[in-house]
Amino acid sequence: MLSRTADHLYWMSRYIERAEGVARMLDAHVRLALLPRPAEDVLQGWTATLVSLGAEAGYAGRHGRVTPGGALDYLAFDRANPGSIVSCLRLARENARAVRGTITSEMWETLNSTYLESRGIGPDAGVAAAAGFLEWVRQRSHLTRGVTVGTMFRDEAFHFTRIGLFLERADNVSRILEARWRDPGRRGERLGTEASEWSVLLRSLSAFEVYRRVYRTVVTPLRVTELLLMNEDMPRSVHRSLGDLYANLLAVANDRSGETCRQAGSLHASFHFGRFDTLVAGGIPQALDALQARLREIGDGISRDFLVPGVAA
Amino acid sequence: MPDSPPARAATAYDEMLTAAGAPRPHCRAYWEWLRAQPADQIARQREEATLLFHRLGITFAVTGDAEETERLIPFDIVPRILPAAEWAVLERGLRQRTLALNAFIHDVYHDQRILAAGVVPPELILCNPQYRPEMQGIDVPAGIYAHIAGIDVVRAGDGRFCVLEDNLRVPSGVSYMLENRKMMMRLFPELFARQAIAPVEHYPDVLLENLRSVAPAGVSDPVVALLTPGAYNSAYFEHAFLAQQMGIELVEGQDLFVRDDVLYMRTTRGPRRVDVLYRRVDDDFLDPLVFRPDSMLGVPGLLAVCRAGRVTVANAIGTGIADDKSVYPYVPAMVRFYLDEEPVIDNVPTYTLRDPGDLAYALDHLAELVVKEVHGAGGYGMLIGPVATRAELDDFAARIRAAPERYIAQPTLALSTSPTFVEAGVAPRHIDLRPFVLAGKEVTIVPGGLTRVALRPGSLVVNSSQGGGTKDTWVLADGPVAADAAHA
Repeated sequence: MLSRTADHLYWMSRYIERAEGVARMLDAHVRLALLPRPAEDVLQGWTATLVSLGAEAGYAGRHGRVTPGGALDYLAFDRANPGSIVSCLRLARENARAVRGTITSEMWETLNSTYLESRGIGPDAGVAAAAGFLEWVRQRSHLTRGVTVGTMFRDEAFHFTRIGLFLERADNVSRILEARWRDPGRRGERLGTEASEWSVLLRSLSAFEVYRRVYRTVVTPLRVTELLLMNEDMPRSVHRSLGDLYANLLAVANDRSGETCRQAGSLHASFHFGRFDTLVAGGIPQALDALQARLREIGDGISRDFLVPGVAA
Repeated sequence: MPDSPPARAATAYDEMLTAAGAPRPHCRAYWEWLRAQPADQIARQREEATLLFHRLGITFAVTGDAEETERLIPFDIVPRILPAAEWAVLERGLRQRTLALNAFIHDVYHDQRILAAGVVPPELILCNPQYRPEMQGIDVPAGIYAHIAGIDVVRAGDGRFCVLEDNLRVPSGVSYMLENRKMMMRLFPELFARQAIAPVEHYPDVLLENLRSVAPAGVSDPVVALLTPGAYNSAYFEHAFLAQQMGIELVEGQDLFVRDDVLYMRTTRGPRRVDVLYRRVDDDFLDPLVFRPDSMLGVPGLLAVCRAGRVTVANAIGTGIADDKSVYPYVPAMVRFYLDEEPVIDNVPTYTLRDPGDLAYALDHLAELVVKEVHGAGGYGMLIGPVATRAELDDFAARIRAAPERYIAQPTLALSTSPTFVEAGVAPRHIDLRPFVLAGKEVTIVPGGLTRVALRPGSLVVNSSQGGGTKDTWVLADGPVAADAAHA
């Protein structure tokens, strides 16, 4: 298929998955707001989220001081923020529009109506409406994924949408975890709420019931982290995403992509055959940073090998 | 539905109703059905159509409109209905015209017999910006230049059809023909069950077959690609739609490159050869090495590949010479010259203002005439005498005097009308018809075409860029219509 087409498909998928990822992060905050927490902790939490999304400078330029309302507005509704949910939905639709001849008409209709509906949604409706919006974003992402899997021919085009999806998902999960770990607060003094806070994180990743089935015990930060990084059967875990990423990369392999496939396979192997305690021995935030760096490298490799090959290609 | 027939323009031929307000025989079943529909139900269905078109994203881009860059072309649910006998005549005339036009273009780029014979003035061709000397002597497969022609046909006051213009460069609109039909079938399946309406859905198959039939010699399984200027082009929806329907790649200039006189596209598996390029980019932008050097939309070296006979460009480079408005008056003569036949469908009478006699007449009668720029398209740069103000007439007269060769003039035609939904209910609006003629190893015309409708009362301008809408176009098969079912 055309390299440019593959590029649009890849980014279409990444942006929808990113919209869902940001929605899940914000959803955790909206749920946390229901717990009795000191104002200082709440602000630290929002700051950590902005930092993990690389959005703190952009936010400061728009709003200055971090406030829950400001951060929610900036990350969900701000059209001037290229990483906001509404921007991601718009970019997903723009990429889809460029390849609407390649995707199925149901996919296009889904992405187009998601974008059209998102235009009518603003930040002024209050927290309850914001929660409804975040839920809606997840539903639309589910729908997009379902329509893709349910209607798309299993050719290269399909594999490139999957590659974008799983790379983005692995990245999102690592960022959500990073934000929590960079926000330790005064953990020792509020053991009473810590379990609740990590339960909230699990719920916003649709992983609470899974956690209970896997561990059958109280929620602890380390176990939550282990589940989200290492569990192979958990659909949003990094391990699972890397496995799916690798399989789809193999399906489109060409004579330039050997090194990128090797890197993806090697990263997957470190989750598949590695031990959790070894992986995070140097500190969990450090391990997450390293993971994100390797995902970036794989992303660059995919662009180079498939999506924007040089003129002589 | 209105109980009394709507008021109709005095001189225009109405496609649905006779002067007495009765439905024409082939429209009776539909008209009775329409009048039996409850008004609120029709209103709901019209709303549904708008919603569906929005959701499907069947839009065209409007340049220079920052707020709303994608707009819907208004769709009218009242179809334009042609009986089989009328269509048969149209089809014969369109086929004949397309053959003559292709013979003309081939002649222009080879022996120029028609110029030597004095039938068409040589300076009109050789000094025309649409003439591409680069194409001189290049042979194209099957001698076909205009593989896809959108020939605009109108019906004048006396009920006869005539050709208003030939669109041979990158004619558009066929996607609306197809989507309008899909929409009508979705909204009113019962109408299709009751009447034998000729299908149009196979157009993309016919188009693909047509394009494959003109591949360079020796290519057994040709690769066809559609070249679009990109997502910001006003017809982008159509480009994407056709590429998808035909299952071919939709490419932009940046996806293509030329190496050793072969055209390739960049794919995820390396370069892939392209044998037939269905281009929706104008000549000027097609090859920056030969035409506009600043063009980012084309492919450097494409003309050289054509010259080497390694790719077929459809429509061929230089085809525009036959759809120039200054050449249009000579098309009936081409039919006689190349085919030795009388034209089945006539031209609209046309004054070529480079001719002093015609110029004097036109300047005297400007208020009755339609004046068009010979190189213009899309309803821009046009004067409609009867509705122009004094100042506009004076201004245009001055422009004509300054460069008469740049204009042609035609009598203001009473374009036929069709009942159309407007604010106040159903009222007659002027329409035209653009059938799509495919020429390759043979000539094929899908029955029907795109009917465009001028939605403003009295307006004669049907272009979508000027507030026009579209209708589904039905060609009814002969034979009994299940009239009793219409009352069910």
